[in-house]
Order: sequence, then C-alpha cells, then structure tokens
Amino acid sequence: MTATTTKSAFWRGFRDGFPFILGAAPFGLLFGVLATEAGLNVAQVMSMGVLVIAGASQFTALSQMQENAPVIMVLAAALAVNMRMAMYSAALAPHLGAAPLWQRAIAAYILVDNAYAVSAVEFDRRPEQSTATKMAFYIGCAVPVWVVWYGATLTGALLGQAIPPEFALDFAVPIAFLAIVAPMLRTIAHVAAALTSMVLGLALAFLPYSSGLLIAAAVAMIVGAEIERRMGDRFK
Amino acid sequence: MSYSQAEIWIIILGLALGTYVIRFSFLGPLGRANLPAFVLRLLRYTPVAVIPGLVAPLVLWPAATGGQPDPARLLAALVATVLGMWTKNVIVAVIGGGMALYLGLYLF
Repeated sequence: MTATTTKSAFWRGFRDGFPFILGAAPFGLLFGVLATEAGLNVAQVMSMGVLVIAGASQFTALSQMQENAPVIMVLAAALAVNMRMAMYSAALAPHLGAAPLWQRAIAAYILVDNAYAVSAVEFDRRPEQSTATKMAFYIGCAVPVWVVWYGATLTGALLGQAIPPEFALDFAVPIAFLAIVAPMLRTIAHVAAALTSMVLGLALAFLPYSSGLLIAAAVAMIVGAEIERRMGDRFK
Repeated sequence: MSYSQAEIWIIILGLALGTYVIRFSFLGPLGRANLPAFVLRLLRYTPVAVIPGLVAPLVLWPAATGGQPDPARLLAALVATVLGMWTKNVIVAVIGGGMALYLGLYLF
C-alpha cells in the first residue's frame, strides 16, 4: 500500500515537473555551447553542469570569467545568484525534514527552481501527506529536468566549437538572463529591486573586479525587501 | 579568458560546493531553524537584485562590438524583457529576443 502510494506520488511529481524540460533543455544546450566557446574543455563544462545544476549561476560565472574577474569575485557573484535556494531549502524543510539523511542529501542536490515551485504548491494544497509521499513527489518533479540538463549540457559542449561567430551567440546570455528575470517582476518591490540593480550596476561598472555588481546586488535586495515590508504594513 | 587550468577547476568546484551548502542548509544541519522574516524577505530578492546589474553593462557595452552600444543588441534586450514581463514565459522571451537580434543585425 505504502509502496504504491509512494510510486504514484513519484509519477504525479514527474508529470508536473515534465513541462519544465522545455526550459531546461535550451539553457543547458546554450550553456554547453557558450562555455565551450569561452575556452572550457568538455570535462570542465560537464563538471560544472553536473556538480552545480543551476543555470543562472553558471551563466553568471561564465560572464564574470569572460571579463577575467578574479576567482573570488567569480564565485561571489555566482553564489549570490544561488542564495535564493536557501529560501527554497527553508521552505521545504518542514515537509521533507523528517526523511532519512541520504534522501535529504539527494533532495538538496537536485533543488532547482521548478522542483521547489511545483512542490511548494503541492505541499501547500495537501499538507497531510506522509514525508515519504512528499519526498517521492518532489524527486519525481526534479527528475525530468535533472536528466535533460545533463544531456543538453553535453550536447551543447560537443556542438560548441561548430557554431560560427556570425550567429552573435555572445548576446544569447544577456537575452537568456533578461528572459529569466522579466517574468519575476510581478510586484513593485521586484521592479524596484531590478531597477536599483540595473542603475547601480551601470554606475559602478568602473569599480575593479566586478565589485560594483556585489554592491548593486546588496543595495537592490535591501530596496526590494524594504518596499515589500512597507507595502505589507500598509495593509495591516 | 585567461585563467590557469587550476583556477578554472577552483571556480567549478567552489561553485559546486558553495551551491550544495546553500541547498542543503535547511534540509540538513540547520533543520527546522526558523529564519527571521527579514532574512527571508532579502533572499526572495536575490535573483532580481543580482541579474539586472550583471546584464545591464553587457547590454549597453557589448564586448562583441568593442564596448560600443549597438542598436540590434539594445532592441533584442528590450524585446526579451517586454515579452518576458508580458507573457511570463521564458522561452517566448528568449525566442523573441533572438529574433529581434537577428532582425536588428540584418537591418542596422
């Protein structure tokens, strides 16, 4: 009975997570192509894709590397993009926290935007499910994107060298970034944070080692959070 | 790009390890520790706080044109942003931005 429930939860998760391969495949492919063109070898491209599995931060690292930023600044900017995952981790902990350590270790490895977003909605709607059922659903959600990400990255890495500069792929990363961020601009607070980041990012671009970006990001986070707090107060 | 092989591997492994620590944090050692509300609020804004600041200089001063503003790339950025905000669909925004880029490169 329990095994059947877990199995069906896995497949429900898989079905809900499946459409997200449409997003993962092109980004994995693009990352593979651009990282290879930037000069990383196939082993390095694949290591990053497999060990990091976080597209936005991989693109961030890559563009920082193309500016020849110091190693520590490459890491700081790329990890800053991933800080949001601490929030995902905290949001999932009440639901998955009782699972065995090895399962939580795997769950953490595949914690990506869509697995969090889909699972959070599901757990919200049906909080009474057992930990095992919730874990099965969550893993099911993540599996399609996880597998497709590996395949797409490898395909991109192998194709990389074959695409000529006329295709202006240099600009694929800014377009991809804008496409990722634009749908997130749902509230005034998000828009204000984005504008702050943009203006300060430009104004501080003269600072060495991309340090302007970190200042811009820190200020923009505070602006977003503060506006959210004040807007919230107004409705109390 | 001018990094030694060792530096490239440090970047890859550092990013992998750091990202895993962030992901595992509350599923692992921090358990059900409650984050203060203001920390959760700050974390909610990380992507929109980092990415525009990173992209804006790339859009305005593209390396491919030697840092000169380029109408095709500006148009592509505008189309991707507007489509993304309007449709909330990442793929539509990417495709639209790409088409605007090629159209711009052809026209200008």
